[in-house]
Amino acid sequence: MNGLPWRRFVNVFWTVVSGSTVLVALVPLASLLWLVVSRGAPGLSASFFVSLPTPVGEPGGGVGNAIVGTFFMVGLASLMALPVGVGAGVFLAEKGDGPAGKVIRFTAEVLSGVPSIVVGIVAYGLIVATMKRFSALAGGVALALIMVPSLARSTEDFIRLVPSALREASLALGVPGWKTSLRVIIPTALGGIVTAVLLAVARAAGETAPLLFTALNNQYWNLDPTQPTASLTVQIYNYAISPYEDWHDKAWTAALVLLLLVGLLNLMARLLSRNRLQGAPR
Amino acid sequence: MNVNQEIASVKSTPPRSPEVVTESHQQRPSPATEAPVVPPKLTVEHLNAWYGQNHALHDVNLVVPPCSVTAAIGPSGCGKSTFLRCLNRMHELIPGARAEGTLRIDGKDLLGRDVDPVSLRRRVGMVFQRPNPFPTMSIRDNVAAGLKLNRVPGDHAEIVERTLRQAALWDEVKDRLGASALSLSGGQQQRLCIARALAVQPEVLLMDEPASALDPIATAKIEDLIHQLKERYTIVIVTHNMQQAGRVSDQTAFFYMGDLVEVGPTEKIFTNPSEKRTEDYVTGKFG
Repeated sequence: MNGLPWRRFVNVFWTVVSGSTVLVALVPLASLLWLVVSRGAPGLSASFFVSLPTPVGEPGGGVGNAIVGTFFMVGLASLMALPVGVGAGVFLAEKGDGPAGKVIRFTAEVLSGVPSIVVGIVAYGLIVATMKRFSALAGGVALALIMVPSLARSTEDFIRLVPSALREASLALGVPGWKTSLRVIIPTALGGIVTAVLLAVARAAGETAPLLFTALNNQYWNLDPTQPTASLTVQIYNYAISPYEDWHDKAWTAALVLLLLVGLLNLMARLLSRNRLQGAPR
Repeated sequence: MNVNQEIASVKSTPPRSPEVVTESHQQRPSPATEAPVVPPKLTVEHLNAWYGQNHALHDVNLVVPPCSVTAAIGPSGCGKSTFLRCLNRMHELIPGARAEGTLRIDGKDLLGRDVDPVSLRRRVGMVFQRPNPFPTMSIRDNVAAGLKLNRVPGDHAEIVERTLRQAALWDEVKDRLGASALSLSGGQQQRLCIARALAVQPEVLLMDEPASALDPIATAKIEDLIHQLKERYTIVIVTHNMQQAGRVSDQTAFFYMGDLVEVGPTEKIFTNPSEKRTEDYVTGKFG
């Protein structure tokens, strides 16, 4: 009973059990993908990417302005968040062992746990209430607040992955500490930092709540940071809560576009981090 | 006397051109006999080192003559690596670590608070236990890294070729200087790291078990290299391998439990040590 056949049975049994839990975990993902693709694909056309939205009942139209708006606001957010987030990450990795580092790290952790709707309210209070209008700038600030903490932490993690032997090698050559960080450590971690940036951008592109009452929405093209701006996520929200069947279809198609966009960013991040690992020293 | 003084002055300033290397094959007296006349390159007096509360190195006194190889041997944790890392002040980079005492190169104190460790490290190069080339740089850029990062003017290409020749790596890499340093084998990477350390033209070269991660053939190459390098550089090498210490060094220092137990000409340490602990260690009774 306790011989080899039993061992083999136990092995097969637990392989099947663990394999089936994977299948169960994949069901929601697969059904989500299937639902979005099957409901969204029929409305997909070239004009959907480049046209303005149309009123209820009017066929055609698209989410061109929302795609541009999403890129515009994520771009604005990146302009603000990248220097702060990456800079904080570098500080945490290089000088973050003292009390200041502990405080910053704790703050970043708390901040990344703040619900995105709260971030939206903060941006509303800070920007919208003072400017007395909804604007792309307010949306960008809200997204930046979401990007900074995750950027800082993942930048720190990637820099800490750089072997200390490289720092020692550089210092032993008589290179000052700051130059060692800037010219040896950060370039070695660059692939990881770019990955962290792409993941943060992907996350920001998928946020709805912070944009709802900061950037609001816009039926037309807009690249003025002081004006309300459309975004894919808010556009999907508006279409989805409407009582009109054809807007529901457009919501599905816009959701598919968003999914493709975010998926593409994640894929790029994945590919980059894979290359980085291949090039890394032992 | 006059002749000896001349030799001394030649040796205390390391020759900078490759021609001198091949010409300096002249016979020189053994370190033991020249010690009284040649001023020491490195003088260590009452060196103590701590990691936090842990007193890792107790009152070490040592004199290293120029253009010689000094080997530090001893069991793991005996303080030999700590000693080496004090010599270029890498020791103090570890949080909580500190060192006290006198460390002089050519008679000038280097452990003082007013001495910039960065400029010290340009004079005292270091090769580490594991090859650690910069992964983002090519072979050429790795060798020139110290020159580039410190903005040393000069013909970098010429220095790269010269130091790669000194490190006995030139013929193996001359056709692919632009390739990644990680494309080299472990032994080649270690010789690359030696070339990188030599490129900034240090006076003293510290080697922390430079061959312990390498196979016997690569180890033999590194040892040959040490023989050639000592014509121009003062070398202090830490090794676990006593045969290696016997092969490469002129002077051997035996460390045990943070004490420098005995230091003397390598031959004497291995054949006729004064201390019982040294004898037990080199004959393999412990360690």
